[in-house]
Amino acid sequence: MTIIKDIYALLTGMWITWKHIFRQPVTIQYPEEKRQPYPRYRARIVLTRDPDGGERCVACQLCSAACPVDCISMQSAEGEGGRRYAEWFRINFARCIFCGLCAEACPTLAIQMTPDFEICKRDIMDLLYEKEDLLIDGCGKSPDYNFYRHTGIGVTQPRGNGAGENRPVDVRSLMP
Amino acid sequence: MNYDPIDIALTLGKIALVFFVILTMAAYMVFAERKVLAWVQDRKGPNRVGPFGLLQPLADLIKLLTKEDFRPIGADKWLFYLAPAMAAIPAIMIFAVIPFGAPLTLFGHTVTLQVADLNVGLLLFMALSSIAVYGVALGGWASNSKYALLGSIRGLAQLISYELSMGLALVPVVMLARSFRLSDIVNAQSGCWFIVYQPLAFVIFLISIAAECKRIPFDLPEAEGELVAGFHTEYSGMRFGLFFVGEYINIIVLGGLAATFFLGGWHGPWLPPFVWFSGKVLAFAFLFIWVRGTLPRLRYDQLMHFGWKILTPLALINILVTGWWMVLRG
Repeated sequence: MTIIKDIYALLTGMWITWKHIFRQPVTIQYPEEKRQPYPRYRARIVLTRDPDGGERCVACQLCSAACPVDCISMQSAEGEGGRRYAEWFRINFARCIFCGLCAEACPTLAIQMTPDFEICKRDIMDLLYEKEDLLIDGCGKSPDYNFYRHTGIGVTQPRGNGAGENRPVDVRSLMP
Repeated sequence: MNYDPIDIALTLGKIALVFFVILTMAAYMVFAERKVLAWVQDRKGPNRVGPFGLLQPLADLIKLLTKEDFRPIGADKWLFYLAPAMAAIPAIMIFAVIPFGAPLTLFGHTVTLQVADLNVGLLLFMALSSIAVYGVALGGWASNSKYALLGSIRGLAQLISYELSMGLALVPVVMLARSFRLSDIVNAQSGCWFIVYQPLAFVIFLISIAAECKRIPFDLPEAEGELVAGFHTEYSGMRFGLFFVGEYINIIVLGGLAATFFLGGWHGPWLPPFVWFSGKVLAFAFLFIWVRGTLPRLRYDQLMHFGWKILTPLALINILVTGWWMVLRG
């Protein structure tokens, strides 16, 4: 009997909605209670420093090139010892889509995403973050990483004398 | 009939009371609907205005009153302005014939808790609910808009079809009570409610009143997914508010009628009659909200098929069986 099946289906639906009436709502009352975003949530972008306190950013323009909406711009300059740094660094958060491609492109892990999503402003010009707004005093998500310890150092020691380097092996003395 | 000033004052008092209670209840029905639907969907619902959001109807009213009163170009001015009233006023007027409590004795007068105890109360209800169809039809026609017109065409066809089965479902009630007077119908149920004798008529009546107040399985005249808002698409501000309030008054009134015809009106053990009546009305209101939170909208041909080919014949058979049974019982 199809009619009995239909009535049963109706009552099943009614029973399910009845049960949901007594269920705890999933709503989070936003301004009063806030959701804890996950650590890898992609929101406000920061520029981090290396463990020694120096700026990580080398103004390589890769983040700017990776950015699909072109919201990152910078001017590179050369400091003492020929090391590059950003003379100014600017992110237009009115334009940013928080895709995280800049953070993925960054070779020195300088530019990183943070879970701070509350960056509303009354004036759209206030969303233009300059370098001093972006730069933080910490290392972000990779506390031990220092780009210059891995690369960017000229060869000053004879072969095998560098830090973390083994002395070359004399293949002729490796005879069994 | 003698016109005692106390009688007149009591009648005016009853009218004022009914108006006040019905309008307040309609406003809070909107609030209750939003709350219950929110609970069904695991949300919290309105809770910002006042404690638990209880002042939300007031905020809604202020918003509706201060909105622009818009009239589309090419709309029929008088019909456009008349239609919301045509939808809301008959709905309130029906409540005049519903007995909402046992007769009281005040100042040495017996006061029936009913605005007008007409001997054709049931027919008056049928007539007024047919007039309410004009609100839908004229509102859609006068708006000069395709969605409004489509909504009103659907509304007309639906309301007329379901009025038929609704009227036929009430015939056995009249046969059992042997009266069109609503107070007689209520008194006839002092022993046993008519739902016991007439479960089929009750179900038909329930489905028909859901269609009559355009509630969700039958909300084709409004059908916000298909017709924007149906017949009241072009209305704004308090004119839309009148349509809206009229709909909720309709729910209360039709719930009250269902309680009167099948659930014994204000009859019930232990509790005072008025509490019983309002409890039954609110139970019907809750049922409608619950159904709205559950069921999807019917397709138009399914709606007509269901009305004409299932409900109406069933109601007719029910009348025949009731008549046969009454003849056998003598």
